[in-house]
Amino acid sequence: MLGFIIQRLLQSVVVMLVISLLVFLGVYAIGNPIDVLISPDATQQIREQTIRAYGLDQPLWKQYWDFLRRLLSGDFGRSFVYNMPVLQLIFSRLPATLELTLVAVIGATLLGVPLGMYAGYKPDSAISKGIMAFSVLGFSVPTFWIGLVLIFTFAVQLGWLPAGNRGETISVFGVEWSFLTLDGWKHLLLPALNLSLFKFAMMVRLARAGARETMLTDTVRFARASGESEWTILRRHVLRLIAIPLVTVFGLELSSTLAFAVVTETIFSWPGIGKLIIDSIQTLDRPVMVAYLMLVAFLFIVINLIVDLSYAALDPRLRIRRTA
Amino acid sequence: MSAPLLSVRDLRTEFATKAGPIKAVDGVCFDLQAGEILGLVGESGSGKTVTGFSILGLIDPPGRIAGGSVRLEGRELVGLTNAALRDVRGKQIAMVFQDPSATLNPVLSIGAQMKLALDAHGRSSATVARERSVEVLTRVGIPDPAKRLDAYPHQFSGGMRQRVAIAIALLNRPKLIICDEPTTALDVSIQAQILTEMKALARDMGTAMIWISHDLATVSSIASRILVMYAGRIIEEGGVAEVLRAPRHPYTRGLLESLPANATPGQDLMQIPGSTPSLLNLPPGCPFAPRCSYADDLCRTEPPRLTSGSRAVRCHHPLAMEAA
Ligand SMILES: Nc1ncnc2c1ncn2[C@@H]1O[C@H](COP(=O)(O)OP(=O)(O)O)[C@@H](O)[C@H]1O
Ligand SMILES: [Mg+2]
Repeated sequence: MLGFIIQRLLQSVVVMLVISLLVFLGVYAIGNPIDVLISPDATQQIREQTIRAYGLDQPLWKQYWDFLRRLLSGDFGRSFVYNMPVLQLIFSRLPATLELTLVAVIGATLLGVPLGMYAGYKPDSAISKGIMAFSVLGFSVPTFWIGLVLIFTFAVQLGWLPAGNRGETISVFGVEWSFLTLDGWKHLLLPALNLSLFKFAMMVRLARAGARETMLTDTVRFARASGESEWTILRRHVLRLIAIPLVTVFGLELSSTLAFAVVTETIFSWPGIGKLIIDSIQTLDRPVMVAYLMLVAFLFIVINLIVDLSYAALDPRLRIRRTA
Repeated sequence: MSAPLLSVRDLRTEFATKAGPIKAVDGVCFDLQAGEILGLVGESGSGKTVTGFSILGLIDPPGRIAGGSVRLEGRELVGLTNAALRDVRGKQIAMVFQDPSATLNPVLSIGAQMKLALDAHGRSSATVARERSVEVLTRVGIPDPAKRLDAYPHQFSGGMRQRVAIAIALLNRPKLIICDEPTTALDVSIQAQILTEMKALARDMGTAMIWISHDLATVSSIASRILVMYAGRIIEEGGVAEVLRAPRHPYTRGLLESLPANATPGQDLMQIPGSTPSLLNLPPGCPFAPRCSYADDLCRTEPPRLTSGSRAVRCHHPLAMEAA
């Protein structure tokens, strides 16, 4: 097991290196950053000074090496636009995205898996058909449109919930969280709902397909022939047997939503990281883009690693023999 | 003779299909005494497994028990609610399936699965459950059972896995175990071991068994009485010795002649000509008529009835008692 973890960590380092190279090439080496940094009517002298100051006169490999050294020392530079250290900027935005994503993905899973299992358990019941029809909706209607409908219905027409911002937050270890206050939850609800609809649909479909297939297996028949109740069978046998694809999709959805919650964040003016990156692309705020991309890659790798480790916890056949 | 443990009368199980109902079990009748081992033999598709599941009330839609009666110690099981049947399953009648790698849950430890089967009939403490599990595992010949409780199915060989499944069936001290080809998937040598052990088990614990197999040799080595099934019907019944010595149905004789032990060295194995009829369009007369060398017009038009008594045959022209 330990060997597996070490192997995976080494792999992760390699992946991060490759990504840093791609990010460097994509953000620094393509195009001319100088044009963004100085005004077009600057003198040639200022121009050359700036080029030297940013090390742009160096050979490409040297530039990459310096870039990598700065990353490793945790120096992501300062944002051109906000004029503050990039890391500080990102970590001031990350919690908002983190809590929105977690609420959406966990909520979708906690609701979607049981409903999907029910639909797989009783595929012909009216309730199951309703659940499946709803999941088709979640798949096919675009996120932005649902977001607008939600705002129009619950914020504008009914006036039950606010249409934007994080609401009241409480600071824990210097980080602001909305989910610790009632007002924060009110603000979280609509964007989380908006984000979770697609994931809910996905979980419903996965759980349904898995449950349907598993209910026909000899394992379930044997459990029934032993007198186990349907509830026990669903909870102890079926859920465990379908867990791996569910956990996989959970991890994928968690990472991709952390990285790309931008549509929802924009519609609900949720001050998260998705909005930050779109803004920084528009203003060509390179240090922010670099830090963001590296952070997203890092999150993907960490979540993937956790998902992989959980496979071994969920399925003993995947456990690597500790002693030969 | 005392009142039978299990009394099956005119059991009929059908599966609704687009092409019409499939009568998988068609009027099966038999009695089983406490502690008796009854063999149920027939080619694949003759309805043996469905008969076993029907006794336990484990027929899922599109199948249904279309009629008949299954009495356990005089108590009617057909038509009981699922909850009432659950008390019977595992506790009164247990079942062991053909493929042990498919019946055990691959992601739960043996101990956990045994606990579930025990808890289905009254919760017991972890210690009590462990003790009982170790007891039955010892009984079926699992070495070092206390340690093996924490092992997972994939850590056992095929034969050991089937022993574990048998142990689970024994947990709640059922009066009857339906063994559905439990040795078919195993090596011949392990097959013989398990047969011997099961025989001893039935004798020592007074457990009755219905031993299902497509292999007449296997059945005759363990059972004291044999039912021969063809196209969902019982076509011959009798004591093992009598049936082996003097089969009365041409089909039974065909089965007997196709046993490797009865082959003349150097010659091809005898085979019953033709193949099992489709249950969707059975011939109007005897379902075996198209494959039977004795068949005449009567056989092709009029279905024969099962004679009564403990030595019964369903044939218009049964073979003479002394022929073999
Ligand atoms: N779920 C089902 N749906 C439709 N037909 C079935 C189903 N299960 C069994 N049958 C039919 O019942 C017949 C008997 O099957 P089975 O009892 O499994 O045979 P055996 O155990 O003797 O090999 C088969 O011919 C099959 O066509
Ligand atoms: Mg079968």
